[in-house]
Amino acid sequence: MSPFDSASEIAAGVRSGDLKAVDVLEQHLARIDARETEIHAFNLVIADAARQQAAAVDAIVAAGGDPGPLAGVPVALKDNMCTRGVPTTCSSKILADWKPPYDGTVVSLLQRAGAVAIGKTNLDEFAMGSSTENSAFGPTRNPLDTDLVPGGSSGGSAAAVAAGFAPLSFGSDTGGSIRQPAALCGVVGVKPTYGRVSRYGLVAFASSLDQIGPFTHTVADAALALQVVCGHDPHDSTSIAEPLPDYSALLERGVEGLRVGRITDLPAGADPDVAERIEQAFDALAAAGATIVDVEVPAFTYGLTAYYIIAPAEASSNLARYDGVRYGLRVDAPDTHAMYSATRAAGFGDEVKRRILLGTYALSAGYYDAYYGKALRIRRLMADDFAKAYAQADVLLTPSSPSVAFPFGSKTADPFAMYLCDTYTIPANLTGEPGMSVPFGTGQNDLPVGVQVLAPALGEPVMLQVAAELERAATDLTAGGAS
Amino acid sequence: MTEARWTHDGYEMVVGLEVHVELATKTKLFSASPNRFGDEPNTNIDPVTLGLPGALPVLNKYAVELAMRIGLALNCTVQPCTFARKNYFYPDMPTSYQISQYEDPLNIDGWLDLPDGTRVGIERAHMEQDAGKSTHVGGGEGRVHGAEHSLIDLNRAGVPLVEIVSRPDIRSPEQAREYVNELRAILLAIGASDAKMEEGSMRVDANVSVRRPGAELGTRCEIKNVNSVRSVGRAIEYEAKRQILMLEAGEAIRQQTRHWDEGDGRTHTLRDKEDADDYRYFLEPDLVPVAPSADWIEEVRASLPVLPAARRARLALAAGLAADSEAVGSIVDRGQDDYAFSVQAAGGDIGRAVVHMKEAFAEMGAEPVLPAADLAGLTTLEIEGKLTATQAKTVLGELLEQGGGDAAAIAAAKGFEAMDTSELEAMVDDAIAAQPDAWEKFCAGEAKAMGALVGHIMKASRGQADGKLVTQILNARK
Amino acid sequence: MSDRLTNDVVVKVAHLARLDLTPTEIERATEQLGDMLDHFADIDALDLSAVAPMNQPLPFVNVMRDDVVQPCLDRDEVLDAAPEAEDGRFRVPPIIGSGA
Repeated sequence: MSPFDSASEIAAGVRSGDLKAVDVLEQHLARIDARETEIHAFNLVIADAARQQAAAVDAIVAAGGDPGPLAGVPVALKDNMCTRGVPTTCSSKILADWKPPYDGTVVSLLQRAGAVAIGKTNLDEFAMGSSTENSAFGPTRNPLDTDLVPGGSSGGSAAAVAAGFAPLSFGSDTGGSIRQPAALCGVVGVKPTYGRVSRYGLVAFASSLDQIGPFTHTVADAALALQVVCGHDPHDSTSIAEPLPDYSALLERGVEGLRVGRITDLPAGADPDVAERIEQAFDALAAAGATIVDVEVPAFTYGLTAYYIIAPAEASSNLARYDGVRYGLRVDAPDTHAMYSATRAAGFGDEVKRRILLGTYALSAGYYDAYYGKALRIRRLMADDFAKAYAQADVLLTPSSPSVAFPFGSKTADPFAMYLCDTYTIPANLTGEPGMSVPFGTGQNDLPVGVQVLAPALGEPVMLQVAAELERAATDLTAGGAS
Repeated sequence: MTEARWTHDGYEMVVGLEVHVELATKTKLFSASPNRFGDEPNTNIDPVTLGLPGALPVLNKYAVELAMRIGLALNCTVQPCTFARKNYFYPDMPTSYQISQYEDPLNIDGWLDLPDGTRVGIERAHMEQDAGKSTHVGGGEGRVHGAEHSLIDLNRAGVPLVEIVSRPDIRSPEQAREYVNELRAILLAIGASDAKMEEGSMRVDANVSVRRPGAELGTRCEIKNVNSVRSVGRAIEYEAKRQILMLEAGEAIRQQTRHWDEGDGRTHTLRDKEDADDYRYFLEPDLVPVAPSADWIEEVRASLPVLPAARRARLALAAGLAADSEAVGSIVDRGQDDYAFSVQAAGGDIGRAVVHMKEAFAEMGAEPVLPAADLAGLTTLEIEGKLTATQAKTVLGELLEQGGGDAAAIAAAKGFEAMDTSELEAMVDDAIAAQPDAWEKFCAGEAKAMGALVGHIMKASRGQADGKLVTQILNARK
Repeated sequence: MSDRLTNDVVVKVAHLARLDLTPTEIERATEQLGDMLDHFADIDALDLSAVAPMNQPLPFVNVMRDDVVQPCLDRDEVLDAAPEAEDGRFRVPPIIGSGA
């Protein structure tokens, strides 16, 4: 279990007046001072702005008011979430100096809930990667073992929570970018249903796949955070208008009577230590009263291909706006089109260029039908297959990541080897359904293993319910001294 | 009257027009900054307009409604539609893609009838966003070629457009002008756009090809930068002749985009279509489809005003004139047809009113200052034969100067003593007696014979007799 | 798509994407993208002609806003952040050039 205070404990303490937000903040800033040089979770720490915000929270409490459900909770934001007047770089040279003139919706909601933003976290450039090695500003290190990657692309946000820099952070998940680093850093990470959290102010990677979600120490904290950031936003046309359920309501209910699906045709590739933990997770849920059912998701195996066509295709278009005209980097050239090519060549890193090329190719005349068009049809197959699976099961369990945290450089030579990290997380992005990673014991070298809980659209309550049971069972694992 | 056929050296032209119109909304198509012409550069900007990272488009409902109005006014089918991204780099396009309708446009398969009766098919009328405005500095006359640098104003970026694509049913420069005029009249009537070509809120591109009548369609060229109704005709005539010259010289037409130069009156190559851009269209993931309900469509249809063609027909019928007559056309263009009908409602003669309004009301809008009852009084005096046409014109001038008044009083003050009918009846008697042959022929149904009788009466009255009244009396005697 | 990706295609795609690549980068991109397309061959054999494409996760329709003006961004703040501005506008090099 985490040695750090949870967001729920901090918020309760600050709201009641037992804790001062400024003290909570200083405690976290001190931890950042101690380890940030080594870990590099942040692109930017905004200590002064955070101190002002914390003092404002305390003032509200002192005046008898309620600063909100996240009162005084230090929160770290992935550096692809727009923050007014505060650099938002996407860990890219092309946006190195860009300060958005507006706040994204999630940033505003967090502020209104009394949270204290403490900084912008490192990521794989434009969220493209699974190790945070693709940052233009250097990699983030895994706080559990600094020779290892934290996962990615939201590696900075996962590391910030794991290192105790903040009890709550936010990332974005386009193909697993919250769930995989959560697994590798041993924290909870949630990708909500597509459309449940506004994308307004999230710098787009792949618009139909991107979704913001929290990293926390506990499932209860994740529920608390979701309660704040979920909801309809008129600035996002793909935002869901359904009323919000109480995400904390089912956490203590257990899993008696729930059907937990095991995907029998799940693509191979998980390391044995990870696979073993997943089996134990099924066992734990069965022991707690759930029924384990076998389901088939035949299209699962094509997810990687569909994803690595669709995501780059959308990205090639989303990233076309970085042209050196209105903001960001410009490299001078004699004419505008040469300026574009020079600016983009200098401003984007290798992985981003690779995906722009791949996506441009997949959409271009003569190749569209064979690649992009076909990938969209696989996406439909995938959604149909999952719909059938959810007719038989309330949730599905898989590994979050095929492996535990891996050493720097071990997958950088072969782009496709890195893409395989997303094997189990990608389908939920293609279908838009929610998924989360919850720590469940350790694998080789005592490194954390994450179990992925998948649920049908808007199934966050049952997903959190099952995750809470796994969290309880994981405590027993540790207590029982299992490997 | 329009010249329906244009031929040159045995070729005909085949023309389709693509007309872009800016919609008269308060805000942009996908964001809430103002859609307003003429403001200081880069003041109507927001995160979406600037293509800022993280910004997302949200569709303007009123823009959809105006686009539907256009579709319904052009007899289109309104259907469920989607938006796509058209990807290309240009500094006036902030996201480097234009959000447009590609595979499923809002409006399809309509038509527009020209005043001469020609029906021009409408293939589609779809929504899309406008680009910003580039100003080219240092190249002489603000041209992009040879400029030292360019300046970008994004006020216009994101302004809602509807692109109306006609079928290639136009066969002459005159028809093309009529099409643009008629379309503009419709857009104004339905309040969809201010349709000002000089401000760029209505822009015309022409697809021109030529062929021997009856032959297969020829290779077409697209002509851009046609900025007035007059240049529409000039540009396509020039382009058709250019293509004919090439064909006659044994050269093949290359599919091209060409630029109309108003100054030298010629079209110039912009680019060949062979090296066309690859726009990599795909459905815009940040927007969802639009499927107007049957109720919404019917509501919009019911709110449409009577369109210019129907108004012309209605006025022409009431006034006893041809629907494509200049008087009827100009009065409907000015929106004065309702006024003409209120003259009739006040007991006046609408035919006489239209004749007067054509000239005398040319500078007025839809609500002339002269009370309709006063114009009615004037036309009644004429019909009763108490004023000649010339006298009536004088009285009208006085009425307009005074902003109204009693026509009879003005006529009396001017000393216009119209003959009473008894005097005229006597003159008719004299004329019949003087020209018995003509009278016999007239009675036998030879309308032409009336001319001699009328001429006799006019001579006797020194031109003061009311021709219309004379005709009435003659017909009555028959 | 069994034909191996060629340098020429990569050059064309890089131009469409406005990415200036060195000859070495083109060689490497051709190699890497070719490898990826080989991996994607798992979908070649699938007959999906009867399956409708799905471009978004949720079947939303008719999401629209009212035509009401909201405050604009401050021009000076925006232009200050631009690489180059002049006379209230964004300044760019000549638009027609060798790259057009």
